[in-house]
Amino acid sequence: MKCGDTDIYMDNRINKKNHLTDKGEVSGMRPGSEISQAEVKAAQKPEVKTAVKAERKSGTAIVSQNGAKLEYIERPKPKNVTPLASQKLTPKDIPVFEDTPERKIKLELRKKSHFKRKLRDWGIFTGYLTPSFVGVLVFFFLPLLLLLKTSFSKSPTNSDFVGFRNYERVLTNEAFISASKNTLTFAVISVPLAVVLALLIALLLNTGLPGKSLFRSFLLNPMMVPVASVVLIWQVFFSYNGVVNGITEKLFDSAQKIDWLKSSYAQIVIMLLFLWKNLGYNMVLFLAALNSIPHEILESAEMDGAGPVKRFFKIKLHYLSPTIFFVGIMSLINSFKIFREVYLLTGDYPFKNLYMLQHFMNNSFTHLDYSKLSAGAIVMCVVMIIIVGGLFFAESKFDKDVEE
Amino acid sequence: MDETKRLERRKQATLARRNVYVETVQPETFITSLSEEARENFFASEKKRIELNLRKRKITKTIITGLGIMAAVFISALALVPIFFTFLNSFMSSEEIVANYQTVFQSMSGHASQGATYMSRTPVLKLIPEEVTINQYTTLLFMNPEYLFKYWNSIVLTLPIVGGQMVVACLASYSFARYRRKRREVLFFSYIILMLMPFQVTLVPNYMIAEKLGILDTIWAIILPGIFSTFAIFLLTKYMRQIPSGYIEAATLDGATEWQIFTNIALPLCKNAIFALTILLFIDYWNMVEQPLVLLTNSDKQPLSVFLSQINEPELGIAFAASSVYMIPPLLIFFWGEDYLVEGISRSGIK
Repeated sequence: MKCGDTDIYMDNRINKKNHLTDKGEVSGMRPGSEISQAEVKAAQKPEVKTAVKAERKSGTAIVSQNGAKLEYIERPKPKNVTPLASQKLTPKDIPVFEDTPERKIKLELRKKSHFKRKLRDWGIFTGYLTPSFVGVLVFFFLPLLLLLKTSFSKSPTNSDFVGFRNYERVLTNEAFISASKNTLTFAVISVPLAVVLALLIALLLNTGLPGKSLFRSFLLNPMMVPVASVVLIWQVFFSYNGVVNGITEKLFDSAQKIDWLKSSYAQIVIMLLFLWKNLGYNMVLFLAALNSIPHEILESAEMDGAGPVKRFFKIKLHYLSPTIFFVGIMSLINSFKIFREVYLLTGDYPFKNLYMLQHFMNNSFTHLDYSKLSAGAIVMCVVMIIIVGGLFFAESKFDKDVEE
Repeated sequence: MDETKRLERRKQATLARRNVYVETVQPETFITSLSEEARENFFASEKKRIELNLRKRKITKTIITGLGIMAAVFISALALVPIFFTFLNSFMSSEEIVANYQTVFQSMSGHASQGATYMSRTPVLKLIPEEVTINQYTTLLFMNPEYLFKYWNSIVLTLPIVGGQMVVACLASYSFARYRRKRREVLFFSYIILMLMPFQVTLVPNYMIAEKLGILDTIWAIILPGIFSTFAIFLLTKYMRQIPSGYIEAATLDGATEWQIFTNIALPLCKNAIFALTILLFIDYWNMVEQPLVLLTNSDKQPLSVFLSQINEPELGIAFAASSVYMIPPLLIFFWGEDYLVEGISRSGIK
């Protein structure tokens, strides 16, 4: 306590150890002046309440002796004055926690109910997850472990450990090498194409064309059509005596006929089919992202004289980057699924640069060479994890750069 | 100086109070310096210039939008041509189709180097059939039970997978969205990786487990892994995490049980996503080729999508009809739920 040492007890007594009047320090002025007189009077009153009031008053009172110096004086605030303070507490009233048997039972019950509630919560949440978890465990995780095991053993029935021999066999297999090469080249060429073309179309539709939603649904249509239904038309277009060859023949007399599906152009045809199917989906994703760009920023950039190209590269691309990443991943997944189209167009053994990984798998199934197959699957799994992990890593790094 | 200004202002104020206004002399500008005729001429020329500019801008704008529309029409035409083709060709008589496309399929069917290559005839694209018949459809639906069986196979495979996966996914994604602990997040991440795995990886384990469980070569070998596929869980969890926690808090304060929160709050708020996902899943599984090829060795049980690629020359007429019948259900679903689908897709891309 700094000044005016008044201890106020619980039972409203005031201990006037150092009474105000004895010392003139209360308001920092000489005893006997007008204000200090009033203070002293207030402080001398027996009831605490009024004393408190007076203290409050004087606490905020402005001390002005010569009209020049203005100061606030700090005062101790009454702390322990509560309505309950008038009741004297005896030791009997204070609860004492003893280890009585009743209390033990009570505590145990409480513990039990708490545990029960926790269990119920856990049960509910896990109950929601259980069907999926069990299914995934049985149909995906356990088989993957099984796969790992068979990839290291001689054959599924003979579980001798053979080390990496299966992997060696797979990785030196010519069919596997060419298949993975084809799949990779397809992905490397078609995924950027799918992203960029979809972005261009989305930008075109976003410029305020009339009938935007109509075009959008037109472009989304191919996604809904089963591949098996349009394969026929694709064959009509691109076979040796097909429509495309006919048109080129009519337009240019010197043009040679190309057997599209059985030459090095085969990948182009499949790429067209891939783009035809996937552009709509990617475009819708990009359209949504373009719509979510804050309009004010674009407008202010326009006011500052940024052209459409600059606005795209400096503003829109920044906001689109997560979507570009997402679209890239989806396209990558879809590009691995391209086997479907190839199989429907050309059957089990297509031209050699259309021989995809799935062909290799399917044909190995017919040979029943499981250990080789599982080694191949594990290799692909690892490659896939590396690719996706790399993409995620790159994205997080890129995001950080953007934020900075 | 100040004084004089003050006095002047005062004078003006008193005059204004009496509603007497004195015109102040305006400073001379370019326009006031002109004579009246010259001014009018100047205004007219300015008006003309502005109009011309506006018209120019309008013309360039219309040209640009016209070009844009043309590009969009071109692209959407490219997208739609194959679909229209299949539909329109399915109304041709079988003789017409064979006459049109025989050369194509002769060159397709393997012995191109010997027989068909010397034929210089190229097929003509025909959008409108010479005579419209529904013969193809009648032969398809009534004369040829094989197609119908395959069609039925497709339905039997697709519907349980879609329904089952949606139910499982709703439950699991509610759990993932509501309860975020470390272990659960790890599990969720492993689900994402499973979703990203291509068929090449997942089909081998599927085959092995089907063999172990003894369900190989039955439809369950496809349906069960399909039901527990994690694609829907991933997207639905993304959706459910966007539900404001205040809703759930309010419900718990009102004494709702978890099941009530799930059915009365989480599911209705995710209605759009559920519809969109159902459509996407239906398309995906209606389209499937890989799983039946590997897991169903018995060709009687394979769906139409696999069978359509194995069509021979004499059945060419029916093939178009079968193709169009096969793509009618997804297209109908698309027309019914396009808005849901678009919203579902676009919300899935935004993080």
